Amino acid sequence: MGVIAMRLTSLRVGFFLAWRQILRSGRGTSALIIVIMTLTFLNLVVVNGILVGLVQGSSQAYRTQYSGDVLITNKSDESFIGRSQSVLRTVSGFSEVSSVTARYVSGGRIIANYRTKVGITERPDIVAAEIAGIDPDDEDAVTGLASRVVEGEYLDGTSEREVLIGSQLLARYTEGSVPGEEGLPDVEVGDRVRVAIGDKTIEVLVHGVVKSKIQAVNRRVFFIDRELRNLLGRTDLNVNEIAIRLHEGGDPYHVVDSLTAAGVAELGDIQTWREAQGDFFEDIETTFRLLGDVIGTIALVVAALTVFIVVLINAITRKRYIGIMKGIGICGNAITASYVYQSLFFALVGSGIGLSLLYGFIKPYIDANPIDFPFSDGIIVAPVPEVLGRVVALLVITMLAGYLPARIIVSRNTLKTILGR
Amino acid sequence: MIEAEKIVKTYGTGAAAFTALKGIDLRIRDGEFVGIMGRSGSGKSTLLYQLSLLDFPTSGRVLMDGTDMTGLGVETCTQYRIANFGYVFQDYALLPDLTALENVALPLLMLNRTRQEAYRLAGEALSNVGLQEKLRNRPNMLSGGEQQRVSIARATAACPKVIFADEPTASLDSETAERVMKVFKGLHGRGQTIVMVTHEEEFLHLFDRIIRLQDGSIAE
Repeated sequence: MGVIAMRLTSLRVGFFLAWRQILRSGRGTSALIIVIMTLTFLNLVVVNGILVGLVQGSSQAYRTQYSGDVLITNKSDESFIGRSQSVLRTVSGFSEVSSVTARYVSGGRIIANYRTKVGITERPDIVAAEIAGIDPDDEDAVTGLASRVVEGEYLDGTSEREVLIGSQLLARYTEGSVPGEEGLPDVEVGDRVRVAIGDKTIEVLVHGVVKSKIQAVNRRVFFIDRELRNLLGRTDLNVNEIAIRLHEGGDPYHVVDSLTAAGVAELGDIQTWREAQGDFFEDIETTFRLLGDVIGTIALVVAALTVFIVVLINAITRKRYIGIMKGIGICGNAITASYVYQSLFFALVGSGIGLSLLYGFIKPYIDANPIDFPFSDGIIVAPVPEVLGRVVALLVITMLAGYLPARIIVSRNTLKTILGR
Repeated sequence: MIEAEKIVKTYGTGAAAFTALKGIDLRIRDGEFVGIMGRSGSGKSTLLYQLSLLDFPTSGRVLMDGTDMTGLGVETCTQYRIANFGYVFQDYALLPDLTALENVALPLLMLNRTRQEAYRLAGEALSNVGLQEKLRNRPNMLSGGEQQRVSIARATAACPKVIFADEPTASLDSETAERVMKVFKGLHGRGQTIVMVTHEEEFLHLFDRIIRLQDGSIAE
């Protein structure tokens, strides 16, 4: 028989032996190996997917809760976006644009408990904040701010001297923060606080509290736009931020290019939501991906060692039968192949169950019920090509882990193994 | 024809060295039924292992049809064994995960027979030893005598040139042993070369020739 024919025969006989051993060996052991393989697969895919999903969820939250798909901000050397109303008209003219919100933004301070702390040694509670003026309906259309209200109510067009206050500005939401970062104590919905911008101060009623996954939102106080505009004396109607939401499938880069072509880039900085986030999210995603890979590699090593030990024990236990097979003329490659097939089978079944669990239950469930991380709605990122790549890695490592111990036992002296030595 | 020339087999080294075969010369012709006998420790199984290429002598040569087999690689010997030899072991040595039919078919599959052909030949071999009703039984569902007959069927299914049997009746009661020996007698009657190690004198009359070993040498 030629070498190739011999190899093919060995593979065929190996399969014959493997299948029968799988069918007829202990069900408990097989089930245990399959459970280990399934858990390894989930460890390999789900842990990585959650880590990456954590960052991607945060990145998506930035888009859906703050920046929109495209964000226009004032240039760093300007205090507003030039000819803002003209820019808004231009933006609204694009067919891809679904909704737009314009924001007046200014640094300021929130002063609380000034009525109760009147003693000569007492000082009211003060915290620095960003003061934003918005059109409530436009803002809600772009960032869904109304759904972030956790106490009180959202602003409406008639709200006078009423504000929404970000959760990070309140002590009860910032427990455990580093010293200096604590929020205002004892401020509830319905309380009055003072908002100071430069040398102007206004007393307002806390109408609601907003809590977002984006800390920049949580550190803001939201006014109705005209009220803040009056406070700032911004009679030219120029704003500081314009957040643009596109229709589903809209290309933010195309809109950025169109706005640039329309001359908007001369009046403000135009960025896609990804660009607006800077490199931070990308860096942290890369870091988490690396971390996931390290954890996945450990899972692979554990799976490989498990299979190695299981196959080694199996082969040692059946050492004599291996010797007999060699004695009656079954070549070593066929016997080794039988163990590789068995390892492959367990890895395939484990991966199959893992895939079913992942796409049939875990991912749909977490997509519907994201994990509530402080800065992200955690989802599982598990793109099919990447997951299949990990399945292949698991199969290869498992086959190797099955091959090595089988080879060790098979290569032992035939007669000694027959005699059980 | 199997020829052994001055076979010496030594186990261990130095002071612990033990010589199990001390220069054995013998020749087994095609169609012979040869019994290798001797006391425990006389070297009869060791001689069988050398003749059947399961082991290699420390010195001397084993020739098959004039071809020197000593020094051949493990895989070459394995291929030679499956194409030319059948083995019957004392404790049957059946694979527990396989049925009787599959145990017998396994060497045939290794000889590149198709599944159907291997199963057909295996079925015939099992019928020849009276086990046509037990094809689907696994070893743990067979008696000792039945297991040994499966083992004989496995050894004969591919029509090997030589069958080597190492004390095939040692684990069986006398009645079953006699039935098993009848199977060997039948095979010999059809011209099969058989080399059998045994210590049971009651079967002496079945052999064409007896090789008696004593302390690693041929006694007569």
